[in-house]
Amino acid sequence: MDTTDNADLPLDLTRGVHLGRERFARSAVFVCAAVTVLTTGGIIAVLLIHAAEFFADWSVWDFLTGTQWSPAIEPVQYGVLPLVCGTLVITLGSAIIALPLGVAAAVYLSEYARPKVRAVVKPMLEILAGVPTVVYGYFALVYITPWLKNVFPSISTFNTLSASIVVGIMIIPFVASISEDAIRAVPKSLRMAGYGLGATRFSVVVRVVIPAAFSGIIASFILALSRAIGETMAVTIAAGQSPRIANLLNLEDTFLRPIETMTAAMVNIGMSDVTGDSLAYRSLFAIGLVLFCMTFMMNILGSWVTSRFREKYE
Amino acid sequence: MTITSDTTAFAETAIPAENIAVKVDLPPAVSVGTFVADSPMAVAATPVINIRKLNLWYGRQQALFDIDMDISDCSVTAIIGPSGCGKSTLLRCINRMNDLVDGTRVQGHLVLEGQDVYGPRVDPVAVRRHIGMVFQKPNPFPKSIFDNIAFGLRIRGWRSRQNIEETVERALRQAYLWDEVKDKLHESGSSLSGGQQQRLCIARALATKPKVLLMDEPCSALDPIATGRIEELITQLKNQYTIVIVTHNMQQAARVSDRTAFLCLGKLIEYGSTRDIFTNPEMKQTEDYITGRFG
Amino acid sequence: MTSPKDIPAPAMKLTVERSGRAKDWLLLIVCLLSTCVGGAALFTLLAYVVVDAAGWLDWQFLSSTTSRFPEKAGIFPAMVGSIYMAGLMIPPAMVMGIGAAVYLTEYAKPSRLTRFIDINIANLAGVPSVVWGLLGLGLFIQLFDMTYGTLLVGALTMALLILPVITITSREAIRAVPDSLRQAAYGIGATKWQTISRIVLPRALPGILTGTVLSLARALGETAPLIMIGVPTAVFATPDSPGDKFTSMTMQLFSWSDYPQPEFQRGVLAAGVVTLLVVLLSLNALAIYLRHRFQGKHQ
Repeated sequence: MDTTDNADLPLDLTRGVHLGRERFARSAVFVCAAVTVLTTGGIIAVLLIHAAEFFADWSVWDFLTGTQWSPAIEPVQYGVLPLVCGTLVITLGSAIIALPLGVAAAVYLSEYARPKVRAVVKPMLEILAGVPTVVYGYFALVYITPWLKNVFPSISTFNTLSASIVVGIMIIPFVASISEDAIRAVPKSLRMAGYGLGATRFSVVVRVVIPAAFSGIIASFILALSRAIGETMAVTIAAGQSPRIANLLNLEDTFLRPIETMTAAMVNIGMSDVTGDSLAYRSLFAIGLVLFCMTFMMNILGSWVTSRFREKYE
Repeated sequence: MTITSDTTAFAETAIPAENIAVKVDLPPAVSVGTFVADSPMAVAATPVINIRKLNLWYGRQQALFDIDMDISDCSVTAIIGPSGCGKSTLLRCINRMNDLVDGTRVQGHLVLEGQDVYGPRVDPVAVRRHIGMVFQKPNPFPKSIFDNIAFGLRIRGWRSRQNIEETVERALRQAYLWDEVKDKLHESGSSLSGGQQQRLCIARALATKPKVLLMDEPCSALDPIATGRIEELITQLKNQYTIVIVTHNMQQAARVSDRTAFLCLGKLIEYGSTRDIFTNPEMKQTEDYITGRFG
Repeated sequence: MTSPKDIPAPAMKLTVERSGRAKDWLLLIVCLLSTCVGGAALFTLLAYVVVDAAGWLDWQFLSSTTSRFPEKAGIFPAMVGSIYMAGLMIPPAMVMGIGAAVYLTEYAKPSRLTRFIDINIANLAGVPSVVWGLLGLGLFIQLFDMTYGTLLVGALTMALLILPVITITSREAIRAVPDSLRQAAYGIGATKWQTISRIVLPRALPGILTGTVLSLARALGETAPLIMIGVPTAVFATPDSPGDKFTSMTMQLFSWSDYPQPEFQRGVLAAGVVTLLVVLLSLNALAIYLRHRFQGKHQ
């Protein structure tokens, strides 16, 4: 009905416009937002419920302190420590690579690079994070390990070092991007104060800018390492299936031999013939719970540190 | 204040005359003569809007204090005053645009053709469907010129292509934009110049035959030539429309409006015919502002 | 350069000591190199894989199913499976994600509840992908009693996985819509939903699409969640319905990495990797194209 009701009909301001439709739209989008909350609830519920089923048969204490992980081979043991150790070793290795390179790249992008250069280089860095992890695992196994054999002849086919290398490459963009934000947030006036006092660029960057951006850089570390902890396919393919507690003092034993991370253990159980009722199946959720807690806490910590450094300069 | 016997526009929802305490002595609702020219419509002007004891708070901050004014049909009312005095706030009260800001609270009555816009079960969207608004910076939709104007019709449920086309043409003619755009109706609205965009926004508002047309500093983002054209347009439109215009440009108020309201720090200091306000203001504050002593 | 004779000799040195300059150069070189190392490493690896794929990546590879024999192995069912999964997962993820974004930006008043939802979404974006697989396992397969390894379960699980990212990018796109447009719409008497559906969302669409395409690229590169929900490593027929089992390109690559023969390791696998990377590269290029094309429009 096409009328400009304005001129013709008497004015009735209490006749609501599309009230039903509006209420429906509002409810519908609220449901969508609620789904995101329910999803978190779902993850937590699934993990807790099934982990509880596992812990009914294998005590929490034995799980958290056991030093043997052997779900399939007798004697069957479900101690998570070797897996946690494996995860931490890989994460440590990747940190050694990614953290310095990432921060240095962030310094380059914010202090040296011209806008045109930055516009090209930044996306190139992002690509590092865009390569699928299964491809990184493939790279590690097929190219990096044979190359490493030239340097360390005693290296095993499945080893921690090449997995650490690819995970490190993968998380460089996380460190670089967030650190760069932090460095850029440092007010120009601080830098000018340094230059004004006659400091060299090196001094200004190292003694003024980086300390000022410190909390942001730490946040980038936390978030990047959280990503490394959750990394699955690259470590499964490249680091093998050898759950053990590495002797950190013996670098060769730590890095040149295979190791199993929490995530790789989950994949290995998932790939094997386990039925839904078995203890092995339920152990998936127990490991998943530990993994989730670790990454969740790191993400919260990282977000908190990020919001603190953003507040500082706004 | 003498409310003339011509208060048929006042419905039962309005406050009885004896309960209205007004601060300013307003002239009767019959316009003595406009500052610009004696328009034949001026003789028996009916109030379209009656504002009574309007107060507004943004959170804890009060922005409008006991505003009382009547706005007559087919006239141009200007609201002037120094920055931050509440001109735009008052304008936005008329079509309840202030509702969009969190924490806004309104007390009082704003009666539009007999219905209190702030009445208990009033839908603000219904209010806005009878009122048109033009903003300070032209804001055409990212659509074609035709679709910009048709938007207001389509959201009211218009389907017939012919009706829409006719109305779009009428609106563009009324805004003196038709000749300039008739061959490029399907080009983007943002391809027009600033002044043309503002006329497009005016046409967009006129397409829905609003009872009141609100203009919030419509020329402040435009060059003098475009401003002049829009002022001419306003003078033409008032034969058919009731216009309320907020402006920080006093000369503009003097040029286009019949009545002028002077607001300062949220209070209505003086309200009268434009000629009186500018040549013989009653309040010293008004005189100070007009002569440029502050503001 | 000697100073003119009438100007007194300098009282202080105005040149910086050499070690100062050297450190400046050192810093620049270190930072520049660091920036390039990752890219150079990846570039080298890509070069290797492309060289290895030559001769193995041909039409036969793209159109065959997998096999024990490297010469006969192909990626076709896996590619189809990936595409179907992507097609099934995008609509629910987009609807939910855009809906949530609209609620958070247009309807909800800033409050503790909205902050809670915000934090929640940000955390979901950081959950490891293998845990999403556990959610799919516990929720869809166990609780809803769906069959493991089917397109439907895969699509639903992946839809949940990309939901947080789509919500975040959609929210940014919607926030970027200038408020003056909303004011114009409300001023002309549009209802909230009319304003959102006719003005805000169309204007935010390029940003939303870009985010969706990037999420799609991410989902196509995931393997772990699919392993958890029991997606087989190889299927020999392309799936016909959502209830059919499927495999993805990533699963296929994962299974091939187990075959020790060099023809697989450096032949078939290389071809598969290149195929997957080409698909992802095209998606990223599409996203960049979308971003530039619509950025120009709104100048």
